[in-house]
Amino acid sequence: MAPELLLLSVAGYTAGALAALAFRGMVGRALVAAGALGGSLATLALGAWCLATGATLVFAAPWLPLTGFALRADSLSAFFLIVVGLAAAAASLYGFGYSAHYDGRYSLRLLGAMFNVLLLSLTVQVLADNALTFLVTWEVMSLSAYFLVLTEHDQAGTVRAANWYLGVTHAGFAALIAAFLVLAAGDMTGSFAAMRSVGLTPGTRNLVFLLALVGFGTKAGVIPLHVWLPMAHPVAPSHVSAVLSGVVIKMGVYGLMRVTLDLLGGGPAWWGGIVLGLGAVSALLGVLYALMEHDLKRLLAYHSVENMGIILLGVGAGLMFQSYGLPALATLGFIAGLYHTLNHACFKGLLFLGAGSVQYATKTRNMEDLGGLIKRMPRTAACFLVGAAAISALPPLNGFASEWLVFQTLMGGALVPRPEVAIGMPIAVAMLALSSGLAVACFVKAFGITFLALPRSTDAARAREVPASMQVGMLLLVGMCVALGVTPFLVVPALSRALAGLGRIPVTPIGFSLHLPFSVAGVTGEMSPLLLAVGLALLGVLTAIVLRLLADRRLRVGDTWGCGRIGQTPRMEYTATAFAEPLRRVFAELYRPTEDLSIDFHPKSKYFVRSIAYRSEVQPWFERLLYTPVLSALRGAAARVRQVQAGSLHLYLAYLTIALLVLLVVARWSR
Amino acid sequence: MLLFLKILKAGIVTEPLAPGEPDVIEVAREVETKARRLLGRAVAIREVDAGSCNGCEIEITGLTGPVYDSERFGIHFVASPRHADLLLVTGPVTRNMEIPLLKTYEATPDPKIVVAVGDCARTCGVFRGSYAVVGSVDAVIPVDVFVSGCPPEPTDILRGILTALDRLPKRKRRRDGT
Amino acid sequence: MTADLMMAAAQGLLALFLAPGVVGLVRWLKARLQNRRGAPPWQPYRELRKLFQKEVVVSRHASWLFHLAPFVVFASTLAVAVIVPVLAVPLLVDRIGDLLVVVYLLLLGTFFLALAGLDPGSAFGGMGASREVTVAALAEPTLAVAIFALARSAGSTNLGEIAARTTADPLSAVSPGHLLAFAALFIVMLAETGRLPVDNPATHLELTMIHEAMVLEYSGRYLALIEWAAALKFLVFFILLGNLFVPWGLARALTLEAVMTAVGVFAVKVVVLAVAVAVLETRVAKLRLFRVPELLSASFVLALLAVTSSFLLR
Repeated sequence: MAPELLLLSVAGYTAGALAALAFRGMVGRALVAAGALGGSLATLALGAWCLATGATLVFAAPWLPLTGFALRADSLSAFFLIVVGLAAAAASLYGFGYSAHYDGRYSLRLLGAMFNVLLLSLTVQVLADNALTFLVTWEVMSLSAYFLVLTEHDQAGTVRAANWYLGVTHAGFAALIAAFLVLAAGDMTGSFAAMRSVGLTPGTRNLVFLLALVGFGTKAGVIPLHVWLPMAHPVAPSHVSAVLSGVVIKMGVYGLMRVTLDLLGGGPAWWGGIVLGLGAVSALLGVLYALMEHDLKRLLAYHSVENMGIILLGVGAGLMFQSYGLPALATLGFIAGLYHTLNHACFKGLLFLGAGSVQYATKTRNMEDLGGLIKRMPRTAACFLVGAAAISALPPLNGFASEWLVFQTLMGGALVPRPEVAIGMPIAVAMLALSSGLAVACFVKAFGITFLALPRSTDAARAREVPASMQVGMLLLVGMCVALGVTPFLVVPALSRALAGLGRIPVTPIGFSLHLPFSVAGVTGEMSPLLLAVGLALLGVLTAIVLRLLADRRLRVGDTWGCGRIGQTPRMEYTATAFAEPLRRVFAELYRPTEDLSIDFHPKSKYFVRSIAYRSEVQPWFERLLYTPVLSALRGAAARVRQVQAGSLHLYLAYLTIALLVLLVVARWSR
Repeated sequence: MLLFLKILKAGIVTEPLAPGEPDVIEVAREVETKARRLLGRAVAIREVDAGSCNGCEIEITGLTGPVYDSERFGIHFVASPRHADLLLVTGPVTRNMEIPLLKTYEATPDPKIVVAVGDCARTCGVFRGSYAVVGSVDAVIPVDVFVSGCPPEPTDILRGILTALDRLPKRKRRRDGT
Repeated sequence: MTADLMMAAAQGLLALFLAPGVVGLVRWLKARLQNRRGAPPWQPYRELRKLFQKEVVVSRHASWLFHLAPFVVFASTLAVAVIVPVLAVPLLVDRIGDLLVVVYLLLLGTFFLALAGLDPGSAFGGMGASREVTVAALAEPTLAVAIFALARSAGSTNLGEIAARTTADPLSAVSPGHLLAFAALFIVMLAETGRLPVDNPATHLELTMIHEAMVLEYSGRYLALIEWAAALKFLVFFILLGNLFVPWGLARALTLEAVMTAVGVFAVKVVVLAVAVAVLETRVAKLRLFRVPELLSASFVLALLAVTSSFLLR
C-alpha cells in the first residue's frame, strides 16, 4: 500500500503544480488546493501507515530515468511525513481562500506551482536515502521557498528578505555538501546504510557534526544563524508562512537527527551540550526579540526561533544523555523534541494562518493599527486564541504537553554526576522557564492588541470574517492543538516507536497509561492533560451553574471606566509598544533601544500639545557584530573577483584557453 | 525591630466600642447592625471629589486612620466605581466634574447609594454663583443623604453613611431584578 | 478509591472556603500591627457575599472574552487547589498534575486575566495586564528552578512524592537546598499573589497598581470570582510552602484521627505563614516597578544556589 500512497501524493502535488500553470482564476486556485490537499493527505496517510506498521520501506522506481535516486521510509521519516502532511493539508485548504486576493496582483501561477513543488520536495526530503537525493531535494525545497517568499515582490523589504534567505540558506547548503562529502567519502550516491557502517575517526566525526550543525542550524533558524527567518517568513503569503515556519524549518531538526543520531550514531557529550546551549539561547533570545515586534507575522517568526530552541533543548539533552549512557532519559529527550516539533507545526501553522486572516481582512500586519477584531472576526479570533494559548504552553493544550516533557528531561540531568551538567541544567531549565513565561507575555500582547478593545484604524474597523475555506484550514489545526494536547498517552508511545525504528538507542520499555507517568530511573513526574482538561471544563461549568442559581443575574452595559472622561477612543488604549515597555526596560542591556520623541507645541502656549511623535527601535547589535564583518569581507572579495571580469573578449578567450589546458593536464595526470 | 517595639508600645489606638464618647460609639454600633443587615456588612466606597476645597477629603481620610478605623465596620475605599456600593461625593459640582460625576454614577453597579459630604455639596457654599460651578450634587445625580458641616467630622460622615444604608431597597426585591 | 477521591474533593473544598479567611486574617493582623482594630478575619466572606448579590456592569467595548475570563481564572485556580496536597498524601489526584502543572495552571489564569484587562480598551487595564505578565514572566525561572531543587532531592516533581520523601528523610528539610528553595519560593509568592513589596493589595492609586488595575473593570459576581480566585492562589502558595517543605502533619492514611491532626497542623502552618506575611508587609515599603526585577533575580539566585548546593553537598 505504501508505494501507492507515495505515488498518490507525488501525483497530487504534480497535478496541483501543473494545474497552477494551466488554469487561471478560481478554477486554478481550486485545483492547486485540491492537488496540494490530496498530496498532503496521502503524505499523512503514508506517514501514519509506516509508523503504525513499523515497516521500513524502500521505494524503487526503475522506470524513472533517474540514477542515484534513492527513497526509503523508516520510522523517523514516517514521523516527519506526518508533520508535513498535517501542516500542508491545513495550509492548502486555507490557501484556496487566501490566494483569492492575489488574483490579478501577483502571479498565481508561480505561487500555486511553487507551493506544490515545495510540498513535494518536503515529502521526498524525509524519504531521501542517499546524499545526492538528500541534497538535491534540499536545494529544490530551498529554491521553491525562495520563489514563494518573493510572491509579493513589489512590497517593501520582500526582495531584501528573499536575498538574505537565499544567501544564508546557501551558506548552510555549502556546509551540508561538505558534511555529506566527508561522511560519504565522496560517493554521493552511496546509500545511508553504507554511511552508518563506515568507521570514521573521532576528528572526522566531529567535523561532520559541526558542518551538519551549521547546515541544519541555518535552516532551523538557530541563533545566531536566524537572521533570515524573521525577514523571510513574514513577507511570504500566509499559508506559505505556515508551511515555512511549521514544516520547512523542521527539516533542520530532521537533518540534525538523521545525521547525528542515525548516520553518526551519537557522539561525545559536548555535541549534545552545544545543541542544548544553542537551543537555550535561541529559545530565550527568540522570544525576547518577538516581544519587541509589532508586526504580527514577524512576531510569529521570532517565536519560530524560540520554539526551534525548545525543540533543540530536547534533542540536545537526548544526545547528551545518550553519550552518558542513560538511554531512557535520552529517549525522553528525543521524544520531547519530536513532540514539540509536531506541536509547533500545528500551533505555529495555526497562528500564521490566523495572522494571514487578519492581514486578509485588514490589509495590515502592524499591530498598532489593529484591535477590536474579536467582534468583527469572532471565529478567527477564537482560533488564534487557541493557538496563542497553545504556544504559551498553557494546559491542557499541546504546547504544554511537550514543554512539560522537555522540563522533565532537563531535570533528569540531576542523574549525571558532573559539575558542568549540574550547573548547566538548572540554567537551561531557567532559560526555558523564562522563555515560556515571556511567551505568555508576548501572546497576551499579540492577541490582546490585535483582537481586543477598539479598532485602531479604519481598516481594522471595517474588517470582516474571512471565507469558509480559510476558517476550515484554521479549525483543522485548532482540533490538532487540542487533540495532541490531551492525548500524550497515545502520542508518546508512537514517538518512541519512531525512535526505536532507528535502532540507535536501546529503547527502554516506558510504561504509558492514561496518566502519562514516565518512570525513568530516579526521576518521575506524572500528569494527565486529559483529566486536567475534563476537570477544568467541569469546574468551569459547575461554577457557571452555581453562579446562575445563587448569584444575582443582572447585567448592564455601560461605558468603559476611565475616571469619568467623556468619550473613549482607540487613542486611549494601551499600545503594543507600551505593553512591552516594562520588559524592554528590564532587558535594556540586550535591546539597547533608541528613542526619538518630538513634541509639537501650540505656538501660543506649550501647555497645549498639537502632536507627539514617538519612535523607538531596538538595536540588533549582536547580529550586526556577527554579520557586518562577514558581509564586508564578502563585498571586498567580490570587488576583487570583479577585476577578472573586465569585459574584454580577448581576456575571456585567454581564460578559456587556460582553463582547457589545465583541464587537459589534469585529465592526463589523473588517468 | 524598633518598629515592632513601637507598635507593641502604642497598642490599639482605635476608639473602643465600649464606654467612651457616646456619639461615636452609638453611630458605630448602628452602622454595624445596619450595614450587616443591608450590605452583608461590607460597604465599598468610591470617593468623588466634584470640586471641593479638599477640607472634606481630609476628614474622610480620617475615617480610614487608626482612630476612627472604618475598616472595622467593613467599610473600605475602593479604586473603581465598578467595585463600589456607595459614592461619597464632596464639593460643589464644577463644570469640569459634571460629566465625570455622572459617569461615575453610571459606572457603579446597583444597588448603590450616594452620600454628599459637606455644605458645598448641598448648597455650593461660598462657591455659589461661580461661573465654574454647575450646582449642588443633587443637581447632577440623585443623592440619598447629605452630610452637613464645613467640613463635617468623621463621625458625621459615618452617621451619613449609616442613614444612607437605611435607604437601600430590601434585598429580596433586588433579587428579582429591575 | 472512593475515600481517596472524597478526600481530594474535601480538601479542594476546604481550600476554597478557607481562602478568603486567610486573606482576611492577613488583613486583620496588619490592622493590629498598625494599631488599628481592623475588620475581623471573616470580612472577605461578607464582601464576596455582597458582590455575588450585586449587578454586573460591563463595558460596551468588551467581548465574550471578558465574560469567559473569570470562569477560567476561577476554575484553573480551583483545579490547582484540588491537586495540591492540603491534608493528605498520597492521593490519586496527585497523578493529575505535578508541580509544573500547578505553575502552568496558575499561568493560564494570569493569561486570561491579562487578556480581560485589555479587553475593555481602558488604559488602566492595559497597564495592569502589561505589568502582571511582566512580573509573572520574570518569576517563572525562579519557580522552575525551585521545582528543580525540590525534584532533585525528592526524585520526582509529584507533589505527594516530594512531601513523602521529605517526611521519610527529616534531615533533608533543613538542608541548605531546601531552605534556599523555600526562601526563593516565598519571594515568588509575594510577587505572584500581588503582595508587598511587589504590589500593594490595598492601593487606590491606579498608577501604582498591578493586579488591581487589571480588574478595575470587573464588578458584581465576576469580581467576586476573581477576588476569590486571587485569595485561593494566595492560599495555594501557603499550601506549597507549608506542605512541601514542612510536610509533617499531613495524613498518611485516611483515618479520622490522622485527618483531624492534619487539619490542626494545617491551621497552624497557615497562621504562621499569615503572620510572616503580615509582619513583612508592615516592615517593607513597596518597590518601584523597575526594582521588582532585582528582587526576582535575587530570588532566582537563591533558587539556583538551592539546586547547585544539593549537588555540591551530596
